Amino acid sequence: MIEMQDVYKQYPNGVRAVNGIDVHIKQGEFVYVVGPSGAGKSTFIKMMYREEVPTSGNIIINGVNLSKLRPKKVPLLRRNIGVVFQDFKLLPKLTVYENVAFTLEVIEESPKYIKKAVMETLELVNLKHKARVFPTELSGGEQQRISIARSIVNSPKVVIADEPTGNLDPETSWEIMKIFEEINTRGTTVVMATHNREIVNTIKNRVIAIEGGRIVRDELRGDYGYEN
Amino acid sequence: MKIRTLGRHTRESFKSLARNGWMTFASVSAVTVTLILVGVFFVIMMNLNQVAKNIEEDVIIRVHIDVAANEQDQQALKKQINDISEVKSILFSSKETELNNMITSMGEEGKAFRLIEQENPLNDVFIVKTKKPTDTMTVAKQIEKMEYASKVKYGQGHVEKLFKFISASRNVGLALIIGLLFTAMFLISNTIRITIVARRREIQIMRLVGATNAFIRWPFFLEGLWLGILGAVVPIMLISSSYFYAYDYLAPKLEGNFIQLLAYKPFIYQVSGLLILMGAFIGMWGSMMSIRKFLKI
Repeated sequence: MIEMQDVYKQYPNGVRAVNGIDVHIKQGEFVYVVGPSGAGKSTFIKMMYREEVPTSGNIIINGVNLSKLRPKKVPLLRRNIGVVFQDFKLLPKLTVYENVAFTLEVIEESPKYIKKAVMETLELVNLKHKARVFPTELSGGEQQRISIARSIVNSPKVVIADEPTGNLDPETSWEIMKIFEEINTRGTTVVMATHNREIVNTIKNRVIAIEGGRIVRDELRGDYGYEN
Repeated sequence: MKIRTLGRHTRESFKSLARNGWMTFASVSAVTVTLILVGVFFVIMMNLNQVAKNIEEDVIIRVHIDVAANEQDQQALKKQINDISEVKSILFSSKETELNNMITSMGEEGKAFRLIEQENPLNDVFIVKTKKPTDTMTVAKQIEKMEYASKVKYGQGHVEKLFKFISASRNVGLALIIGLLFTAMFLISNTIRITIVARRREIQIMRLVGATNAFIRWPFFLEGLWLGILGAVVPIMLISSSYFYAYDYLAPKLEGNFIQLLAYKPFIYQVSGLLILMGAFIGMWGSMMSIRKFLKI
């Protein structure tokens, strides 16, 4: 599913963010990526949806080698990967419905199918009644639910989340986690970078800890392992 | 791309015009101001050009035929002149007509010349026109060398100066229009760039959900097109109505003069079409240039 072989990443300013990572994530897994700030978590995550290209090594997702992927093909890759961010990244000038529908418009689905799929997904995240509202009129938790809806509406095989609960209060964070669990039980792989100790220790899953650009711990049903 | 998607892009571009209210207004105003400048200048230039053309077309070559030439020699000369490829027309004017013309042009005093009617000292004349007025000089030189062409007149000296002046003013006018167009494009692409930079985030997000560059570009492209066309509306109304009044006022006063305004009807349609095309082109070009750097992966 997701495979990294001996991956290095050095930024043009000389910073070595990733120092030789080998990892294999199977279809349907739920993986937490933990580690102190500046350890290379974000780079690790960004390389998966090819926002960053590794300096050396191979990253293979769904059998596609990202290191060899031509820039023109990147949009096609991203259609199979849902991405969720800490700051939601919703389009402020589009309504909730349009934000979610955008993912499907990009792949030229029929309007009928788009309507059906968007409404179903909005129902999954419990925001069907807010379809006509603009994102700026919603709370942080609601915005994050929309951004999750956008990432899964085209049924991708993987959802990658970069600190999705980072901007939310604990109660809202649990709601968000429920949605991620739901997505995962439907067979979608979830990779989530997080600083939320309680969540990692309560909802037990595979934990990959990154420090200094290397994987220092990889446990099934692991703990967060850091003092906040 | 599916037709449906094109429809989607068109809808999006209109929505975006409405949702970006002030930015739309700013871009349209920039297009409007520059197109008014370009349009007014263009109308003036085209009219000046018309005047120049009228003057140029009055230039003729008068070939005085040698008195010794008989009918056949005249025909031979005519054929020779006709063979020059730059020549458009040859008119024969007999010495009798020439004398008459001279007498009538001189009015009362001309009557004195009636006395010499029996012994007309003038020559028969070929009046030659060239296809391009600027060929007058070379054609005249060629004719000079021919047998039985005793004198060739075309306003030597004056005509050269006139042509030089006309071509210089045309070049200056052209340079000014091109300069104005560049200024317009610069101004407009800058305004559009501001509106697009404000939407940089939007573009990044589109790319994250897997939109191809073409897919992102289309709505912006169409939006630029609408901006340009909207920006051409006011200049067209302004220029066509003011030219209408100017023509109404000036045309009767210029009657019979070689300075003539271009007729309202086809001209103002041409100007309007040109302004719309220019607006559309500038709008599309401006938005394409501004979006380009956000689309690099």
